Amino acid sequence: MITWIENLGRIGLQFCEHVGSSGVFLLRTIFRRPRLVRLLPLVIEQIYYVGVLSVLIIVVSGLFIGMVLALQGYNILQRFGAVTQLGQLVALSVVRELGPVIGGLLFAGRAGSALTAEIGLMQTTEQLASMEMMAVNPLWRVIAPRFWAGVISMPVLIAIFCVVAVFGSYLVGVDWLGVDAGQFWSNMQASVDFRTDVVNGIIKGLVFGVVITWVAVYQGYYTAPTAAGISRATTKTVVYGSLAVLGLDFILTSFMLGGW
Amino acid sequence: MLGKRMIEFLVGLFMLAGILAMFALAFKVSGFSQYSTHDSFRISAIFDNIGDLKVRAPVTIAGVRVGEVDDIKIDSHAFKATVEMRIDKRQNKLPSDTTAKILTAGLIGANYIELIPGYEESDLKEGSVIIDTQPAIVLENIIGQLMYKLGDGKK
Repeated sequence: MITWIENLGRIGLQFCEHVGSSGVFLLRTIFRRPRLVRLLPLVIEQIYYVGVLSVLIIVVSGLFIGMVLALQGYNILQRFGAVTQLGQLVALSVVRELGPVIGGLLFAGRAGSALTAEIGLMQTTEQLASMEMMAVNPLWRVIAPRFWAGVISMPVLIAIFCVVAVFGSYLVGVDWLGVDAGQFWSNMQASVDFRTDVVNGIIKGLVFGVVITWVAVYQGYYTAPTAAGISRATTKTVVYGSLAVLGLDFILTSFMLGGW
Repeated sequence: MLGKRMIEFLVGLFMLAGILAMFALAFKVSGFSQYSTHDSFRISAIFDNIGDLKVRAPVTIAGVRVGEVDDIKIDSHAFKATVEMRIDKRQNKLPSDTTAKILTAGLIGANYIELIPGYEESDLKEGSVIIDTQPAIVLENIIGQLMYKLGDGKK
């Protein structure tokens, strides 16, 4: 019994330690002397790996989610004779929830895992240690560009996702199922508000971007320097990143619906 | 491995796509830029009951959208609702005895305001108040009246 409680205490302490060290890690990454001129090219290169290479999966899944929402929504709205509200249904659900959340999950799977694996391998093969030997701070040279690239890419990807999803629902709803195009757009525009819906969706994307990239670079940096360690760190990134996205989404939504 | 210029080009394209997507969301999906301060004027109307009217609900004349609801307040003395509207500046020839009523789009649709122009010579200006209004029709009240009438008939 005593050992059981001891273990519980140890797990609690370890958890607090992890949270603390990841917080310090984030602060050390963000608050550095701003050397924008030298940081910018590195960030641009990382945006290519983190953002541009994720565009395809974001576009394809956005298209299909928009299409399937239109199909399901049409099926249900038809029973109430309200198919003209299809645009509103799809746009609100995509812009408010599905865009940021599914975009975040895909981002964690596509970009977060790649970041962790890359940084983890650098750590395992002691590339980061040798950088420190050359008086290059790996936090600045390796971690910060990847972190900022993730933070910048995520809202952009979310915006693309939302637009593509709305386009997908337009394809299915208007071109295939025959909803009137004018009513589709005007009902959508009448109900979607720029400030409370679109901007809040993008804010969610930004927050998810920060959290996912934070988890990814932290897990990569503090990976156990073995092959199994890298695989565990990558798994943790995807699991923690996805859970954080879903949990934070609930919190952010309750804030936003509360008129924040 | 791609060249540095190629990477920069693709990243630029990516950011451009993001900005375009934001614009599409702003203008196509949310209908953002409709009645800004300089091409519209504000009038208000006082209603007994606004029903389910919401901010940004359309204001129409003869069914054509000419503006939107800007703000809804309660007058704490008369206990009536003051609805402020933004009207397109091109509609500045509205007679000052124009009346307003709250209608419902379809059976379960959203509420909107219909303006019915009057016959006065003078026009509605920035800050004018419409007093002659017709409140929203609340379904419960109608059902209540109907029940009352039906009950009456049986006696």
